[in-house]
Amino acid sequence: MGSIRWGRVAGWAVLVVVMLVTLFPFYWMLRTSFSNTRALAGGASDLLPVDFTLGAYRRVLGLSTTAEAIAEGGSSGTVSFWLYLRNSIVVSTVTTLGQVFFSSMAAYAFSRLRWPGRNALFTVFVTALMVPPIFTTLPNFVLVKDLGLLNTYLGIVLPHLLMTPFAVFFLRQFFLGINASVEEAARIDGAGHVRTFFRIVLPMSKGPIATLAILTYITSWNDYFWPLLVGKAENVRVLTVALGIFRSQTPQGSPDWAGLMAATLFAALPIMVLFAVLGRRVIDSIGYTGVK
Amino acid sequence: MTSDTVRAAPRATPGTVPDPPPRSLRQRLGDLPVAIMFVLPATIGFAVFYLWPALRGAYLSLTKFNVLTPPTFIGLENYERLFGDRLFWNALKVTAEYVVLNIVTQTVAAMLLAVLMYRLTKSMVVRGVVLLPYLVANVVVALVWYWMLDFQIGVVNNMIEWLGLDRVAFFGSDWAIPTIAGINTWRHTGYTALLIFAGLQMIPPSVYEAASIDGASEWKTFWRVTLPLLRPVMALVMVLSVIGSFQVFDTIAVTTAGGPINATRVIYFYIYDMAFNRFNFGYAAALSSVLFVLLAGIAYLQLRLSRAGESDLRGS
Repeated sequence: MGSIRWGRVAGWAVLVVVMLVTLFPFYWMLRTSFSNTRALAGGASDLLPVDFTLGAYRRVLGLSTTAEAIAEGGSSGTVSFWLYLRNSIVVSTVTTLGQVFFSSMAAYAFSRLRWPGRNALFTVFVTALMVPPIFTTLPNFVLVKDLGLLNTYLGIVLPHLLMTPFAVFFLRQFFLGINASVEEAARIDGAGHVRTFFRIVLPMSKGPIATLAILTYITSWNDYFWPLLVGKAENVRVLTVALGIFRSQTPQGSPDWAGLMAATLFAALPIMVLFAVLGRRVIDSIGYTGVK
Repeated sequence: MTSDTVRAAPRATPGTVPDPPPRSLRQRLGDLPVAIMFVLPATIGFAVFYLWPALRGAYLSLTKFNVLTPPTFIGLENYERLFGDRLFWNALKVTAEYVVLNIVTQTVAAMLLAVLMYRLTKSMVVRGVVLLPYLVANVVVALVWYWMLDFQIGVVNNMIEWLGLDRVAFFGSDWAIPTIAGINTWRHTGYTALLIFAGLQMIPPSVYEAASIDGASEWKTFWRVTLPLLRPVMALVMVLSVIGSFQVFDTIAVTTAGGPINATRVIYFYIYDMAFNRFNFGYAAALSSVLFVLLAGIAYLQLRLSRAGESDLRGS
């Protein structure tokens, strides 16, 4: 008995260390963001912010004057992460709404309707899951460029607006599980397929649709490669791309660390809030997305 | 975050609703008119942004193309050039190093974490905390660690010095690949652990009861019972993580940008560089075709070797 209890203690000790290692970088982000970049070298190991200031946030949100920014190790040019925040919200929201809606329509046709070619087309869709994104990304860039959509919202959202193979696959699995009798009852009452889809299938699948929407939103919010290729211009630049550019600026010989950490926190915060509110749904979805 | 769509890719199970034997034309067509309406937007999206670019990519790999002028067909020249391209072989080598380091550390850590969670707690808070790094953008994760691992004033190097050891140039040529592998292990361990955790929960408790009646120790039970029963899940987890790992880009793009010299010029970054800095789209397309074939081959081998489709539970 004693040995088992010691085993549990050791197990918990490891678990606590893992959680600390997981959380420490988030704390360090916070701690650094409230520091003065110029003072950081002097207190590199201080657990609390060095020379506490809100200057980093003021710089990143475009509120500080050039003199103030330079005094705290920032750059003289103003940046406005509000603009990038807006761009990220527009891109992620439009992508999520379009992708989930159109994918659920397709999933309905693949699961609840009978038509020739259904399984063949579905197999083709699912095969696309095997193709590494880079293979289609380069030609997609050429396409978006030829359409004159570089540096537009439309160009950034288009490739994932109408479907992803994963979204169709994910929703089809759930629609297959809906009891046919409910649907038949609606059909007997004279409801067409459109009505059945909107009034019966969608409301009954609120859970999985919400889960997919959250996953899509997070994926879109965190995407870097595609917006880097097609949306570098300031007016459509999303947060991830803005962070990469901000990092490559070294105003006074080294990066403006406090500003950079304030900016990363600003970029990560919406996802962390989303996770805090809807965390259980995200965690429960992990079993479905990877192992089914 | 392109790699994650692949990481989360589920297994394909083509249509399971059986069709009744067709009779009249009307019955054979079934719900076709309304089905077309439902499936049309997604099919357009698929055709324009998946199918067409895949075909175009294959064609572009046979051309010389700088985006500004129309592509000229050059046959297999790009693929021939590849054999003599030292940077390509270097990219493969560097990527392989990264993948091995990342996958080994991540899988071992995730397995340990999953077993600990399974034995100790069902707490949603614990699961939420370990998942957190995975939900934050690669770019954010990379920048935080870039700061923490800074040579001069990074907190990690301060701790190392405090322990009486020499400071480490984490992003120097010797350490850059292990460092980036470590950063992504930090990001993905919790997610992978939750996948394994889901697999552990599918093992019926009766199996453990039987093992304990037979007097098997915990250690033995893990190796002889848990691990074999987990094989189908692990096979899938490994395939998805390896494919995802091969496509590392974001972390490198915002930290070392391929350097120092070519120490972290992984295949994805090399393709990006070739297309968007050297405007050699044809060659970049050939490189991505090779990556595609390579990944498909690796996935196929992994699935074959791990007999992923079979479960040891069936028939027992």
